[in-house]
Amino acid sequence: MQIKPILSALRHHKAGTILIAVQIALTLAIVCNALFIIQQRVTQLSRSSGVDEAHLIRIQNQWVGTDDKDIGPLMKADLDTLRRLPGVVDAYATNTTPLSNGGWSTGMSLKPGSKGERTMTAIYFADNHTLNTLGLKLVAGRNFHASEVAPHMPHDTLQPPQVIVTKALADKLFPGGQAVGKSVYLGDKPSIIVGVVARLQVPWVGGWASNWEGQSTLVPRQLMMGGANFVVRVKDGQLGKIERAAPAALLASDRMRVIADDHGVMTFTQMRQDVYKRDRGMAILMGVICLVLLGITAAGIVGLTSFWVGQRRKQIGVRRALGATRHDILSYFLTENLLIGVTGVVMGVLLAMGMNQWLMQAFEMQRISWLWVAGGVIVLLLLGQAAVLAPAMRASRVPPVVATRTV
Amino acid sequence: MFFYYLQLAVRSFRRNRVLTVLMVLTLGLGIGASITTLTVLKLLSGDPLPTRSARLFTPVINPWAADSEGAVEQMPRWWGDMMSYTDAMSLLHARKAKRQAVTTLTKARIAPTKPGTYPFFGGGVLTTPDFFAMFDVPFAYGGGWSAQDGENRARVVVISSALNNRLFAGRDSVGKMLRVNDHEYRIIGVLKPWAPQPRFYALNFGDTYGDGDAVYLPLQSARANHMLPTNYSCWGPANTAHMETSPCAWVNLWVEFEHAADARAYKQFLKHYVQQQMALGRLHQPRVWLYSLTGFLDREQVVPSDLRLQTNLAFGFLLICIVNTVGLLLAKCLWRSREIGVRRAMGAMRRMIFAQYMVESAIVGITGGVLGLVFAELGLLAIRHQPASYAHLAHLDPSMFAATFAVALVASLIAGLLPAWRACVVVPAPQLKSI
Repeated sequence: MQIKPILSALRHHKAGTILIAVQIALTLAIVCNALFIIQQRVTQLSRSSGVDEAHLIRIQNQWVGTDDKDIGPLMKADLDTLRRLPGVVDAYATNTTPLSNGGWSTGMSLKPGSKGERTMTAIYFADNHTLNTLGLKLVAGRNFHASEVAPHMPHDTLQPPQVIVTKALADKLFPGGQAVGKSVYLGDKPSIIVGVVARLQVPWVGGWASNWEGQSTLVPRQLMMGGANFVVRVKDGQLGKIERAAPAALLASDRMRVIADDHGVMTFTQMRQDVYKRDRGMAILMGVICLVLLGITAAGIVGLTSFWVGQRRKQIGVRRALGATRHDILSYFLTENLLIGVTGVVMGVLLAMGMNQWLMQAFEMQRISWLWVAGGVIVLLLLGQAAVLAPAMRASRVPPVVATRTV
Repeated sequence: MFFYYLQLAVRSFRRNRVLTVLMVLTLGLGIGASITTLTVLKLLSGDPLPTRSARLFTPVINPWAADSEGAVEQMPRWWGDMMSYTDAMSLLHARKAKRQAVTTLTKARIAPTKPGTYPFFGGGVLTTPDFFAMFDVPFAYGGGWSAQDGENRARVVVISSALNNRLFAGRDSVGKMLRVNDHEYRIIGVLKPWAPQPRFYALNFGDTYGDGDAVYLPLQSARANHMLPTNYSCWGPANTAHMETSPCAWVNLWVEFEHAADARAYKQFLKHYVQQQMALGRLHQPRVWLYSLTGFLDREQVVPSDLRLQTNLAFGFLLICIVNTVGLLLAKCLWRSREIGVRRAMGAMRRMIFAQYMVESAIVGITGGVLGLVFAELGLLAIRHQPASYAHLAHLDPSMFAATFAVALVASLIAGLLPAWRACVVVPAPQLKSI
């Protein structure tokens, strides 16, 4: 195929050519970056929390008419009620859970008091049932003993003699070393690491905790402050039943409590959906915008090319009369579109990189990988070819006799 | 002449129906997307107290110890721009501004006395007397409390109109008792509906947008009954029974000046206060901040960055839609070179041809705008079904309605310029020859 005649023909349609190229460039820039954002969000919301989400329920309970110092027996009674329910594997009471987006964070240090570098960690109140309830895997050391679990009043300083940490936190505190048996400090008194679990995500899912999202600490303490989050692990297929039975059993045992109607009882599956709703929404929105943009660009190409074909019917007729085959005409329009497309994507790649640079500055995005840009280039070139196919076919069907009519 | 152009435009639309529909649809989508995101952006970046915001400020001082600089660097917003009780109350009592109030938020457990009803949670604002006058909070019945009530730990409460409707069917409930966190409080005031968006006075304590808080209690009285703030940051061993003396930040201080210019003098006063406290060994970091209300909203990133990203994306989208419409209009107009040739030969002037094509573009634009409005309403409907706390506030307001048409018209006229120009420079002779 000869390029030169195509170029000289394009020179007669400068405005249209430039418009299509610009549109392809803009579409490529936006689609690449949008796809990249989708990929980032999907990675974010498919991170594992480390717990057995499919079998877990969280019940947010507040006791009414009770002083914090009298909560101990109530909590124990409630836990007994929950653990005795048929279909329940285990249960424990805590301040917060993964996927809840709210909790207690603090700095952990290798030296007492406020001295020394502090490593960020989330604090989960736990007991000897916690590992079994959440389905956490112990990779070193042991679980808490029942005798180590103690109440924690709001005015107490948190410095338990034993803690269990996640592997991510252990590796951060003791790079390359054994963590079990070592001392760490939350306050002035040391805490011995008695166990290390494989993974337990911090309660926060985005933004400020993203650099330390695996650094959690379990303390053998029960927080005596107004209420408790009960976490219940159920047997296979019992989730729906326990979701109703557990709060009912709690209310039956003692009416003096508040379990909120809307978010009082939630499965971890619901919590995951809730906490990542915005990320998922963003990914879907980006996907829709990409599709619509590609559609609009394709429509634009079809529109302009159809016009060109209509305008050049006579020339096409002449070429056909002079011996050009239908295939020649078809490949003429496809090549023409490819030339415009390539110009467009070259501009588009530059634009996409520029846009990514700006997103990195303004929205703390990461650098886009070449793979996404390459993917976008291929998609847009193919789209251009597909869009031009129908008008080009129509052009190739122009009979040679057209040329003889009005020349 | 205008009507003639209109007639010509309608005739031309009829001739290329698919192309016309495509143009209007493209423009409508672009405008719809832009207006939807703009509406939400405007809603979220709105001024909660337009008449007062210029004179409202919130000071922040760094309460951290000298050797924890590293931690502060690492987590610049760790302590959530809150203040310790000691500092906030000292500054409150100094009375260096026209009005001042210390605020924090608690999750209040409200227990109705009626049999058969269960306790529920509501937002509880713990604050000092100036709160109501300073933020221009409207009362339906009764009023706020005095500084003396605070000092005496008086168990008095101001309730929201929503709570009054729920518990007392909207009647004047001043003097009645309300059980909050297991303590009896006497109602001394009932508000008219009041819910500034965003809820600037409790930015670090929970949802930023919502229907307003349920109860307003004197800070000292509520603390005497052990109500805890929903958020607090500590830089040492904390004791929540004695939050007032714990090394924790858990309140905001708000000040109102006579003139915005008084802020400079107040900042000097703040610096002086911090230096004094450093000399006493209580504070260790000399830096102070004094944010205006809107400055504070920026600082706390009230507008989610996702939304700004979406707005930028929507305008990129609109740009592509405009480019696309230019292309399609151009195609259409060149298609009609012959017609233009005839009109020119019959005596039409260039500016007439130009005007004719601009009228045609404007019609496309206005139709696109109407369609954009429909898309925007659909978009906002979708947003109202989102879980965000601002969702139910997303409505198209009149100014946005006007903006839709302005955007549509400007976009279409820009889109029409090139084709109209190309049309009016068509040389009639060659076009006529080929007929």
